[in-house]
Amino acid sequence: MRRFHSLAGLAGAVLVIFMATTGFILSLQPIADAPTTAPATGDLSVATVADRVAQDLPGVERLVRSASGQLVAYTLEDGVRSAVVVDPQTGLASGAYEPSPLFTFVTDLHRSFLMGSFGHGMAGFSALAILALAVSGMLLLVAKMGGWRKLFSSSRGTGAQRLHTELARIGVVVLLLTSMSGAYMSAVNFELLPESAADTFSFAPASVGTTVAPIASLDALAATPLSALRELSFPAVGDASDVFTVTTSAGLGYVDQGTGAMLAFTPNDAWQQAYEFIYLLHTGQGAPMVALLVGLGALAVPLLALTGTIIWWTRRSSTPRIVHNAPWRDAETIVLVGSEAGSTWGFAATLHDALRQHGQCVHVAPMNDLRGSYPRATRLIVLAATYGDGAAPASARQFLGKLERFASTPSFSVLGFGDRSFPRFCGFAAQVDGALEARGLRRLVRFSSIDRQSAGDFAEWGHLLGAQLGLPLSLSHVAKLPTTRKLVLADRTLYGVEVQAPVAVLKLAAPQTRLAWLGGGLPHFEVGDLVGIIPPGSDVPRYYSLASSSRDGVLEICVRKQSGGLCSEFLHALSPGDAVDVFIRPNPAFRPARGRRPLILIGAGAGVAPLAGFVRHNRNRRPMHLFFGGRDPASDFLYRDDLNEALDDGRLASLNTRFSRVLGGGYVQGLLIDEADALRDLVRQGAQIMVCGGRDMAEGVRAALDLCLAPLGLSAAALNQKGLYLEDAY
Amino acid sequence: MKKLAAMLMLATALVAPAVAMARDVTIETSLVQYSGHAAYLAVYLTNPDGSYNSTLWVSGQKSKYYGDLRGWARAASSAGSLNLDGITGASVGGGQTLTVHANLADTLLDAGYQIHVDTAVENGGQYADDAVIALTSTPATATGTGYVNTVSLGL
Repeated sequence: MRRFHSLAGLAGAVLVIFMATTGFILSLQPIADAPTTAPATGDLSVATVADRVAQDLPGVERLVRSASGQLVAYTLEDGVRSAVVVDPQTGLASGAYEPSPLFTFVTDLHRSFLMGSFGHGMAGFSALAILALAVSGMLLLVAKMGGWRKLFSSSRGTGAQRLHTELARIGVVVLLLTSMSGAYMSAVNFELLPESAADTFSFAPASVGTTVAPIASLDALAATPLSALRELSFPAVGDASDVFTVTTSAGLGYVDQGTGAMLAFTPNDAWQQAYEFIYLLHTGQGAPMVALLVGLGALAVPLLALTGTIIWWTRRSSTPRIVHNAPWRDAETIVLVGSEAGSTWGFAATLHDALRQHGQCVHVAPMNDLRGSYPRATRLIVLAATYGDGAAPASARQFLGKLERFASTPSFSVLGFGDRSFPRFCGFAAQVDGALEARGLRRLVRFSSIDRQSAGDFAEWGHLLGAQLGLPLSLSHVAKLPTTRKLVLADRTLYGVEVQAPVAVLKLAAPQTRLAWLGGGLPHFEVGDLVGIIPPGSDVPRYYSLASSSRDGVLEICVRKQSGGLCSEFLHALSPGDAVDVFIRPNPAFRPARGRRPLILIGAGAGVAPLAGFVRHNRNRRPMHLFFGGRDPASDFLYRDDLNEALDDGRLASLNTRFSRVLGGGYVQGLLIDEADALRDLVRQGAQIMVCGGRDMAEGVRAALDLCLAPLGLSAAALNQKGLYLEDAY
Repeated sequence: MKKLAAMLMLATALVAPAVAMARDVTIETSLVQYSGHAAYLAVYLTNPDGSYNSTLWVSGQKSKYYGDLRGWARAASSAGSLNLDGITGASVGGGQTLTVHANLADTLLDAGYQIHVDTAVENGGQYADDAVIALTSTPATATGTGYVNTVSLGL
């Protein structure tokens, strides 16, 4: 399904963008036409209007009323044909009928690419392509979100992924509607579907009399309201046996010009009614606002194509090729990869290389490629990502099914890859671990998980695995790193030394060079994004949450000194003027939602950094409530002055703190329990909760919130579903 | 093949008694540049008294729209039955030219017979007698009033 969606999207992108853009332009037509369309007010009959028109325009041959209410008379006088717009109230011509050349041209483009019948076919094909993309995309989204009912819970992923999802949600109804109606119209055009049940031509009946009565006196026309009229053809001049041909929304009839009787009336059949409905649906004629909405929906298509291409390219370029991959028949170690976005493959490649260096014969394959048995394998290692809410990723969907028929008995180890901000972190990997155990296989290393591609977690697991294998296995996985930028330390403030928890607030700035104006300044970043820093002596980056945005002119982070921590010791040892290589990893999942709703910020220790950044940037004075946990107010109350200032000028609505190393102190979790009433109040107002801190702290906060929110029937996980609970835990 | 068949049919229908005394006539109808669907056309012959004689050609595949060629439909209905076998073809787009060949008896020339062209376009105009040209023994051209730019008679 994903493959189909990607390939069809890429192949059809140009066609689909073209159709959507021209469609959008056409959606403006009903609005542009509005000034020349008079509403059919009152109970005007066709007889009255036709009579007036015939008096004012003696050469009238035909009256056509468009869905928007515009009345156009086609006349022939002295061998000259013309078309004029008629005011239905007076029957007087109000000006020449001149369809906009722009819209006529774009209509042609949209319908047939200016290529006649072949172009018509292409347009129909484009409609089918949009339909197929909309349907497959919707099924993918359902799978990703974990079911139809969760379809509208908040989206996750990279910027492009989120934008793609959001646009798709807005646009999918419009796209289904326009593509289905477009495909239908195209099928009718090519006679794959009938436009009407009877498609043969029959001659019109003739008027009986030789007299011609005044038009206003013709009963059948008097009985037809103008609002039902589509088209009225007048009888040929001087031929008393000719008839009025009247097309209404109900059907086609002929009216005797002497007696005024309806001579024959063919009501529209079901096919015609369907076609008319679909035509109106597609063109929005007569409903300018609907047309505009549909047009705006269509405008999502070019953006969908663009973001979709970005997603496809990112996934493709992050899937590495495994060099020297051993054949599965010979391999002693089988590494199976279940990956959605492709990032897990990088870890697999690192593992493969490391094992190979120790003389192992290793075969790497997608989980879906599980064989019935591996003749020489003694070990099976599964690296499994989790898709959405505990579902199998694309390359692992068939794994559990195939496992039922798996005959070999290697020892196994499962490593899960995921994101702790999802409610069922590594849910699929755990399921695979359980399934392998249920098969009676021996577990080699306990089930472990990697949060957000942490290279540290992976190295740690490598040690465990190495110990079991008796190999000094060192897994230093370097995700393809973006190019780094050199920044210099501008300022540092040290907190928490007295309580044995030194935290440095570091401000990095662009080096002052003469070429700074050439783009040598700061890279672009927002508060809450991550900065990657690779300490000397390692090639694994460490990530720190940013307390500033690039507009502040400095890159600000809080670094807690970990004993033996390579990177934190390196950063703590920096003096102003020293250079650091950094790169930015955007973290769009950790940003306050737009709006004026309250924001609850919960942080402990260095985790307060991005939260303080949000407060600092709160120019709109949105109600922000900060809950901060530290050790001692005298020593590690980070950003105290900043926060007090923000309280004074209204950027911060309330500040609650709790310190653990003071008499009667405690953790921020306890603080939350004490402030449960206030929290519930805020959550009732639709507040968003953002948590930043260590993993243990985040877990404690989640448990405390669950307790506080239970009376509301809510939990951290439930809020997370709605995008109202965000976590940045490290 | 179709055109040949049409010519043969017309020949037998109109001029059976005097095949030798017949002329090949070419009727070229060029349309003005317009955007929109391709046009349906009816090219037909009327007698000196204005009554319907015969249909020379109908352009357009969907017969249910033939009623929109109103002048022709009205005239042809007076004839009672209609046989269009072999004298229909594709609709004609803006700027294109339709060429109709007919083999007509000499007696029809310069005798008050007229060739009429009706046009109709979906969601556009429907023009009975868009162009009319007298059937003469010398080449002639007439201008149209609707979708027809010119209609010319070649012999």
